[in-house]
Amino acid sequence: MSDTHAQTVPFVRDTMLPAAEPPIREAGAVRWLRENLFSGPVNTVLTILGVLVVWFLVSHFWDWFAHSVWNAGSLSECRQIIAERWGEGARGACWAVIRERWNQYTYGFYPSELYWRPTMAFGLLFLALAPVLFSEAPGIRRIVLGTTTVLTLGLMVALGAPAAWLVFAAVVLIGGLVISERQVSLLLVFSILYPLMGVWFLWGGSAWGPIMVLVGPVLGWIAWRVLHPVSSLVAIIAALVIPLLWWIGYAGEAARDAEGILSLSIPAVASDRFGGFLLSITIGIAGIALSLPLGIVLALARRSDMFLVKSLAVIFIEFIRGVPLIALLFVASLLLNYFLPPGTNFDIILRVIIMVTLFSAAYMAEVIRGGLAALPKGQYEAADALGLDYWKAQRLIVLPQALKISIPGIVSTFIGMFKDTTLVTFVGLYDPLKSMSDAVRASTSWKGIYWEPYIFVGFIFFLICFGMSRYSMYLERRLARDHR
Amino acid sequence: MTDMSAPANPPFRPSMLIYDRRYRSMTFQVIVFILVMALAWWLVNNTIRNLAALGKDFNFGFLWQRAGYDIPQTPIPYTSDDTHFRAAVVGLLNTLIVSILGCIAATFVGIIAGVARLSNNWLIARLMTVYVEAFRNVPLLLWILIVFAVFTEIMPPPNAFRGDDPAASMILFDHVALTNRYTAIPTLAMTNDPGSLDLGARITFNWATIAFVLVLIGGWFVRRMIGAWAQRVQDQTGSRPTTWWMSLAVMTVPSLLLIWFFGLHFEAPELRGFNFAGGLNVQNGLVALWLALTLYTGAFIAEIVRAGILAVSRGQSEAAFALGLRPGRTMNLVILPQALRVIIPPLISQYLNLMKNSSLAIAVGYMDIKGTLGGTTLNQTGRELESIVLMMGVYLVLSLIISAGMNVFNSRVKLKER
Repeated sequence: MSDTHAQTVPFVRDTMLPAAEPPIREAGAVRWLRENLFSGPVNTVLTILGVLVVWFLVSHFWDWFAHSVWNAGSLSECRQIIAERWGEGARGACWAVIRERWNQYTYGFYPSELYWRPTMAFGLLFLALAPVLFSEAPGIRRIVLGTTTVLTLGLMVALGAPAAWLVFAAVVLIGGLVISERQVSLLLVFSILYPLMGVWFLWGGSAWGPIMVLVGPVLGWIAWRVLHPVSSLVAIIAALVIPLLWWIGYAGEAARDAEGILSLSIPAVASDRFGGFLLSITIGIAGIALSLPLGIVLALARRSDMFLVKSLAVIFIEFIRGVPLIALLFVASLLLNYFLPPGTNFDIILRVIIMVTLFSAAYMAEVIRGGLAALPKGQYEAADALGLDYWKAQRLIVLPQALKISIPGIVSTFIGMFKDTTLVTFVGLYDPLKSMSDAVRASTSWKGIYWEPYIFVGFIFFLICFGMSRYSMYLERRLARDHR
Repeated sequence: MTDMSAPANPPFRPSMLIYDRRYRSMTFQVIVFILVMALAWWLVNNTIRNLAALGKDFNFGFLWQRAGYDIPQTPIPYTSDDTHFRAAVVGLLNTLIVSILGCIAATFVGIIAGVARLSNNWLIARLMTVYVEAFRNVPLLLWILIVFAVFTEIMPPPNAFRGDDPAASMILFDHVALTNRYTAIPTLAMTNDPGSLDLGARITFNWATIAFVLVLIGGWFVRRMIGAWAQRVQDQTGSRPTTWWMSLAVMTVPSLLLIWFFGLHFEAPELRGFNFAGGLNVQNGLVALWLALTLYTGAFIAEIVRAGILAVSRGQSEAAFALGLRPGRTMNLVILPQALRVIIPPLISQYLNLMKNSSLAIAVGYMDIKGTLGGTTLNQTGRELESIVLMMGVYLVLSLIISAGMNVFNSRVKLKER
């Protein structure tokens, strides 16, 4: 072989050639365009179509957005400003309506001197949620709680909150921040107390009502501690029955008596003053908090071995899933009075919350049932093999895994329920979307304004729902335990 | 070893009802049963007492009284002199119309958007992501109101179409007119009308419709027979005869013959006086509701379709190509059967959701069953209990029918295991 090359001039390059520039078609933006937009005839046509759609949208709506007016007292004034600035016949968005009616959209018809109360309740909500939502992420928790503290206190000052309540909010929020740095699980106590506190802040009235409600479980716990040495069965029954009896029989009277001895009242606000996002968020949060536990119970009941329990759960779930939420809301507003003892008449928001909770609990149950079914059978058998009883097996082994699997479904049920809170408009409550926008349009100054209120409310809903879905993705990543 | 028999059952003691697992579930169920019965008794008893206190009874006799209100859009003949029952049926049919139209359109939109979101084309994928996220994260009611407002606020009034140089013009080759009160669409007309079959109660079916339905069903059966024959030939000889042209002919030729026989043609709406006539003037409530439901549910279906396609691993299509299947058959025989298995169950619940969401028709004044039975009838007769119970029963039955039908389909496409 060496002969063949014997006569050739040996040439070995001893330095590397500098890398040649890639052809223009294969580098930079051109390459990206070629690969992502014009990789074939079909793709090219699609791209052109897409560009046309975008162009259509921009050409039709850009001038409307560009000519936004934020400062005006009425629609006619708005149009006048637009005509002055951009010439006769120019179109423009009149966001001034949002600016002027901001309080109405946020608080509904809540008394304006008490706006600080829902604001404080909303701020404290984040403190109550912190140990549940951000228990394992100190960085995020610090940011969330810090921002909440600053914003809540700032807003309360701006809204003219009394000094005593400012101090209260500051102590709770800053104290909560400090506690969360030491041991975040301690905040769970606050999370448990929060619902009663929130109800009291929103509706006002005597503080003894929520306190007496709280006394029920305390009495039950005392009964359990006292009777436990005697018989565990009697203790459990007593711990369940005594709070019920207390609530039905004595709580109301005790609250009235206590109020007579020592008045702990803040001004009461009736349910018909609620409206706007305050109403949506109240119903949404209450529904979310109540429907998850109810959904878990229903899902477990539907997978139970006990025939009666199982069939009751199936009937309930299928019934609720088979009818529209509007029908259930009409049941709440029209029929509930038929089903309760004559003369009872309870709050419309509470009725709506009950119906929304039942509705989303049925969907939740199906989502969680999917999670339970997806769990390998070995997990159940392992729990049995360890000798755990039913509730311990569910609590320690089955549910943590099943709930983790069903997080996306649970969160999309939450999102669906939050969106459905707009349907309360049909039972005469002031939701931000329809009733509030109608109310705004009913005034002479904003007659005929359609797009701006809808776009504004839609944008807020989008932010909240999109935020929830992003949080569920974060949670999924955080809880992922498998190695991929 | 001989005495290793099963231990004798211990004598029954009452405490075993709680501590023995064999009896505990029975005890628990009995307690639940008693509690549920007590609750039911309490509710029924309250209802009876409340009704008595109000001087009302519980009967459905009001359904046969004169309704006395008009319904703008009626699929079957209806006047205000008809009964509440007929009004409820009209409402039910309206619900069905918008639900079925919505399901069909949403499926198309969803499939297109779901596939497009997976496209290699950067722009199209981003546009579809924006569409899906925008519609999924905003309440349906908002979309219904916005679409309705587009129709009522932006579309021109009917008389804008008048004159030699009209301010507005019809779209789709002068066949559809979008106005601020209704959408005028063409109707089907026949030059050779065979008359109608009268079912009584002023419900009629045109013989031509019946003929078309029969021909289509017959064609479908013949197509299946052709398929079975092709399968037999393939089993025997190993080569499958080309059948697509036979199937196509069986499905289309009889229909085309019927169209020629009856002289079927479109009759475009035209402006006569103040309004469009000749075509069908569809109430904007229906169009807005239909569009909004389609786009909203379409966004959800897009996500379902996308998840279904992603669920089929790449190895499946590669294996199919390695076996020498052509792309069309790969899609039909390998990818779709597996993707459908993932897609169908959530798709069923989206159809159910669409049907239930159509009750938002009250926001745009479209008279569905919520608007007739649960709205005007309820308000006029004051029969809340009966109306709402009946309405919920109707929705429940519809839901059960849809899910039963789709479950049958699902059991046919689902993976047969062991």
